[in-house]
Amino acid sequence: MAVFSSLADKLQETFKKLTGKGKLTESDINEAMRTVRMALLEADVSYKVVKDFVATVKERALGADILGSLTPGQQVIKIVQEELTALMGSEQARINMQTKPPTIVMMAGLQGSGKTTSAAKLAQLFKKQHHKRPLLVAGDIYRPAAIKQLEVLGEQTGIPVFSLGDKVSPVEIARQGVEHAMANGNDLVLIDTAGRLHIDEALMQELKDIKATVEPHEILLVVDAMAGQDAVKVAETFNAELEIDGLVLTKMDGDTRGGAALSAKAVTGKPIKFVGMGEKLDAMEPFYPDRMASRILGMGDVLTLIEKVQAEVDDQKAKELEDKMRTSTFTLDDFLDQMAQLRKMGGMKDMLAMIPGIGKQIRDLEIDEREIGKVEAIVLSMTPAERQNPSILNASRKQRVARGSGVQVQQVNRLLKQFEDTKKMMKKLTDSGMLKPERIHKPRNKKGKGKKGGKSGGNRNSMGSMFSKLLGR
Amino acid sequence: MGFFEKLKQGLTKTRDDFNNKLSQVFSLGRKIDEEFYEDLEETLIQADVGVQTAVELTERLREIEKKEHIREAEPLRQALQTEIVKIIKGSVDGENKNRFLLKGGRLNIILVVGVNGAGKTTTIGKMAAYYHSIGHKVLLAAADTFRAAAIEQLCMWGERAGVDVIRQSSGSDPGAVVFDACQAAASRGSNILIVDTAGRLQNKTNLMEELRKINRIIEREAPQANVEVLLVLDAGTGQNAISQAKLFGEVVPLSGIILTKLDGTAKGGVVIGIANELNLPVKMIGVGEGIDDLREFVAADFAAALFAGDNEEASNYEVVRED
Repeated sequence: MAVFSSLADKLQETFKKLTGKGKLTESDINEAMRTVRMALLEADVSYKVVKDFVATVKERALGADILGSLTPGQQVIKIVQEELTALMGSEQARINMQTKPPTIVMMAGLQGSGKTTSAAKLAQLFKKQHHKRPLLVAGDIYRPAAIKQLEVLGEQTGIPVFSLGDKVSPVEIARQGVEHAMANGNDLVLIDTAGRLHIDEALMQELKDIKATVEPHEILLVVDAMAGQDAVKVAETFNAELEIDGLVLTKMDGDTRGGAALSAKAVTGKPIKFVGMGEKLDAMEPFYPDRMASRILGMGDVLTLIEKVQAEVDDQKAKELEDKMRTSTFTLDDFLDQMAQLRKMGGMKDMLAMIPGIGKQIRDLEIDEREIGKVEAIVLSMTPAERQNPSILNASRKQRVARGSGVQVQQVNRLLKQFEDTKKMMKKLTDSGMLKPERIHKPRNKKGKGKKGGKSGGNRNSMGSMFSKLLGR
Repeated sequence: MGFFEKLKQGLTKTRDDFNNKLSQVFSLGRKIDEEFYEDLEETLIQADVGVQTAVELTERLREIEKKEHIREAEPLRQALQTEIVKIIKGSVDGENKNRFLLKGGRLNIILVVGVNGAGKTTTIGKMAAYYHSIGHKVLLAAADTFRAAAIEQLCMWGERAGVDVIRQSSGSDPGAVVFDACQAAASRGSNILIVDTAGRLQNKTNLMEELRKINRIIEREAPQANVEVLLVLDAGTGQNAISQAKLFGEVVPLSGIILTKLDGTAKGGVVIGIANELNLPVKMIGVGEGIDDLREFVAADFAAALFAGDNEEASNYEVVRED
């Protein structure tokens, strides 16, 4: 999840130069600001926003009398981080839920920005986490099979979809959709609309008509994180015409630098409320500006990681695993379990990318999720006895396992070697006290993986190399 | 409406914006100084030409200014136009590279790839309609088995265009669909098979591997076919376009780009950046939502439309045509 990664790299490089210096001159600062400016421009942040941003940072940097300070580089980094956070909104924004249901949310945006998928993801999010009873309204009558798409998504999530086919005007569909929600006790209505260009007056008028008819409490503009300089105009126009309430940023799981997010936020003054992080229907997250600012600066995203671990890890199992690791009775079965748990939390790479410090190395290290599948297949091809005690695996047993899992015997050997190494490493980690419960200050940091989110910076590399080892890299 | 008119209309937004800003930069009596070049660079970056290309173009103008002792803005404007046309055309034979050539006497397979929401399915619908209308035997393959209702969407386009679609159920193996489609194209004697694929972000390794597999199946099942792999790119995309072209190019042999939604953005400038940095020809452009709004990309026409003032289009067009 290399969100903003390139921006982070570039800024970090600039600041490394600054950090290395004892004292800064004004031209050092100018040099740094130039790099910041180019990095932001290459990250698709709008030209005007970049100009203002750099001016603000520079003014603060000069005004803060950091020239004589002993750690000027760090001070500049701090200023950049603060300004980035300020630019993205200082706190997490939420959907404005009505005390008198239903809350009506209208989606708007360009073609292909991800409105339909986002509508379904939001419905799912509110159903799961806020116990809402959402209704999806199919208001895109233009694109072929858009209604069908929403219906399929509704089926997958178990959320009802209101549709009147593609012969009725979207305004009427929206009106009846809201009525339908009232009659059926749905407390959240999400209206999907057709993608339209911000310069298409007729279609913009249609959105205004829907707005006037159903008076939505939230109008969310869906913005593709990969958008370029034009994102500013799109956001400005939609905001001017509709007075949007917030932004949904999609496709943030790509390798885009995502500068459009900053621009759209800056020019509309409206908060980014949600971020689409993947193709699965639960891959929609609230937007945390402070976390994102840290991520931009390459400081990792520990909070998200902790939350994921917390949401998915089975406490009991985690406890068992911890004990096993400490007593070195960790078996291949446990190994399999652990992999399954990791998988639940999302891709291995996504998880690793959130760990401070190793983000950069990991991005270059291609982790093929299928390799993990292979490892699973190998372990599953062993008998329970073999999994408990791999040392009984002789040549003919290994051959059987290899055949069973469709790999070469060498791969079986490699896995066994890596497993032994991992065990040793775990032993070392536990002996050094890193996994002792008292060292894990956050109560939610339950298991072995929890330590990734811990504050002890010393184990980053060992964790990194452990995963590389496990995957045979 | 002729092609040029349509293109010009589709590009109105791009042209107006780009031209207005350029007019300001190159306004009469403007002094050629550092500020001038900064303004120019800013204008180019704002048109999504890309930072690298904008810097390069500005550098080239500086050189030209020095070499030819230019003191006024107007000749520099001409020079900029020439440089941009050069970039868009690529090389001397650039124009041919841009042409999308179907090979006669055998099956042509067009594999359409791209990120989510770029406009692959819509583009394929338009392509199918166009080739069908000029008498080709077209077959479509619905290999986006992942996105909800993607198959239905393609089938609706197939119906509109009067073209058959090879499909399996949602969630099935896209490789299997492509396999079937190759067989079907051969047995029905189709001469164009267009393969729709699921949108995928270029950094998703396993999805990219799936694409590699699809391509492998095509190579294996239709070894005689002329295969074109086209990357569909949303014209509103920023610098990520470079990453898309690079990473897709690593798994499949890209032969060109289809640039979509060019009518809406003020950003035809992205064409310049792509031509300069990607070394991939733009083969077609989408300039509207209608079934006939997909156009072959002609570099000279595009450049002319980009720079055409309101009253000079026809003459400019002719001039460029004679090149």
